[in-house]
Amino acid sequence: MLQELLQYLFSGITNGAIYGVIAVGFSMLYSSTELINFAHGEFVMLGALGLVSLWGGLGIPLPVAFLLVVIGVAVVGFLFERLAIRTVRKPNPIVLVIITVGASIFLRGIGMLTWGKDAYSVPPFSDHDPIDLAGAKLLSQSIWIVGIALFFVILLHLFFKKTLTGKAMIACAISKKAAWLTGIPSERMVLLAFFLSTGMGAVAGIIIAPITMCSYDMGTMLGLKGFCAAMLGGLGSLWGSILGGFILGILESLGVGFFSSSMKDAIAFFLLLLILYVRPGGIIMAKDIKRF
Amino acid sequence: MMLSRLSKKLILLMTFLAVGGFIFACPAFTTETYKIGGIFSVTGPASFLGDPEKKSMEMMIDQINDAGGIDGHLLEGVIYDTEGDPQRSVNNVTKLINKDNVIAIVGPSRTPTTLAVIPFAERVQIPLISCAAGITIVDPVKKWVFKTAQNDALAVCSVYQHMKDNGIKKIGIITVTNAFGESGKNQLKQHAGDFGIEIVEEESFGAKDTDMTPQLTKIRKVQPDAIVCWGTNPGPAVVAKNIKQLEINMPLYQSHGVASPKFIELAGEAAEGIYLPTGKILVADLLPDTDPQKKILMEYQKNFEETYGQSVSGFGGYAYDAMMMLERALPGTNGDLKKLRDNIENIKGLVGISGTFNFTPEDHNGLAPDAFVMVKIENGTWKLVE
Repeated sequence: MLQELLQYLFSGITNGAIYGVIAVGFSMLYSSTELINFAHGEFVMLGALGLVSLWGGLGIPLPVAFLLVVIGVAVVGFLFERLAIRTVRKPNPIVLVIITVGASIFLRGIGMLTWGKDAYSVPPFSDHDPIDLAGAKLLSQSIWIVGIALFFVILLHLFFKKTLTGKAMIACAISKKAAWLTGIPSERMVLLAFFLSTGMGAVAGIIIAPITMCSYDMGTMLGLKGFCAAMLGGLGSLWGSILGGFILGILESLGVGFFSSSMKDAIAFFLLLLILYVRPGGIIMAKDIKRF
Repeated sequence: MMLSRLSKKLILLMTFLAVGGFIFACPAFTTETYKIGGIFSVTGPASFLGDPEKKSMEMMIDQINDAGGIDGHLLEGVIYDTEGDPQRSVNNVTKLINKDNVIAIVGPSRTPTTLAVIPFAERVQIPLISCAAGITIVDPVKKWVFKTAQNDALAVCSVYQHMKDNGIKKIGIITVTNAFGESGKNQLKQHAGDFGIEIVEEESFGAKDTDMTPQLTKIRKVQPDAIVCWGTNPGPAVVAKNIKQLEINMPLYQSHGVASPKFIELAGEAAEGIYLPTGKILVADLLPDTDPQKKILMEYQKNFEETYGQSVSGFGGYAYDAMMMLERALPGTNGDLKKLRDNIENIKGLVGISGTFNFTPEDHNGLAPDAFVMVKIENGTWKLVE
């Protein structure tokens, strides 16, 4: 019994960390622009397939490939903001959301043309045997995933709390007009938010690549799960998002283990509805940590 | 005055219509080509089916035309893309029937798309030769509907026969939650008793799931003799990897849905030792020379690879077989749909890519279990299993 429970938890935490990283991307963008970027899953796909090409295809060393892919995808996010979002004359939220939906179809198409319709796989980051804990197997890639996810979230936390730029971003998030009055270039902050958010998407794609199969259409479902995690934890909250990711991941795998695998998504989404009904703002939604 | 002017205009209009109609109708009477419709999922999630099917059909049409056509009629393929979508398939079929006036339709590639278009083919009474595997297409038999892909039941029986020969009695199954997996699950449950096999655990996974360790942990708990995974890429490759990672030492059987080199590439080392049923095209060069299909398989493989410069898959063979059926059935029909249908139903002993076809009014698939062989993956390649 313990062996099974541990195995379900390992699986849940691994997936949860990935959902969490995706959720952070959603959250961060929402808090600085009030925009849900439905193309976010596609940036995850770009990250995964970028790694397939650079590390798996060209044989560039992993850390370099990691960095190049994150920066590359973030530049795509940067261009996305400049070319598609900034140029909108009347930026109603609904118009912007529809633009992101369009962008997701566009990026998926680009992905299909670049990488074809086949799936790809890459080896794990390190070639260690699974660790045996009371009969349950902990994969080395799972440790990498959780470690990298926490590393980036802590990095973001420090960025927002300790640096002037980070604080300027929070100021923009709280009130764009007031921030502008104090001399903060709010448009540049929005651009930075896109850059960081899509970069986080790429990170999620990179860490998930070795445990699953990467294809041009992998982003939609991951994006949806990440969005759920963000809603669950509290859209706009950094730690809420990562917490939401873990909860969603663990619930999914426990749902499979103790109920039925055909109910997997149903269980997760039912709990999401329940939590939204009881606490519409998500789990972490105290007044003072409404934003980053 | 008013009236006469109006009637003059009317007469003029009618003259135009009559002349125009005559001009446009004329080519239809003197046409020399037989138009064959094709609807495949050339793009979209099932493009691995539709793309080689389209290419195989085009290749076969060129071959027939190079040999002078059928009864002096050249063939013309009208091929549309369904994107794997039932609604689009229906639109395509309507277009083929009403606009292109085809005499037979090859496709669609998938079971859901085929089921969507069957009512239309039946209503206007046009032969439809589907390339999809689902048994519901031909069971119950529909008068105008045939199919070339092997029924899932044949694959299930091949797997179970192998298990029976190896003393496997209890199995855990894990299937993908799409039409292919559901059909496989039903067939697995339906035929288990015939081979003295008991299904002790039943799990499923989503086509886009990234991790199947919880399901496999659950299967491991009940300690079956073997695990059967029924799905199409990439899910089953994740299952294979997860089984290796969890160090589950049970034989793993996969379905014919992953019978392509792509699966070995995706699963890597985790593919070693997996058993699966496959159409013979995958192992054409390993077959003994006595196999009746060997000659045509090698020929198709050579032609396909020379024409398109990509390696052959079993899926294109479904459309190739459909064209071979038409090649056999068309002569003497003069484009008469009813005669064409009757000729297809009377085809006996047609050696094709997917097997040897023997159609009867009760069996519109016409294949026997020998259409499948069991293979094992060893050292990154296929080995025939006795």
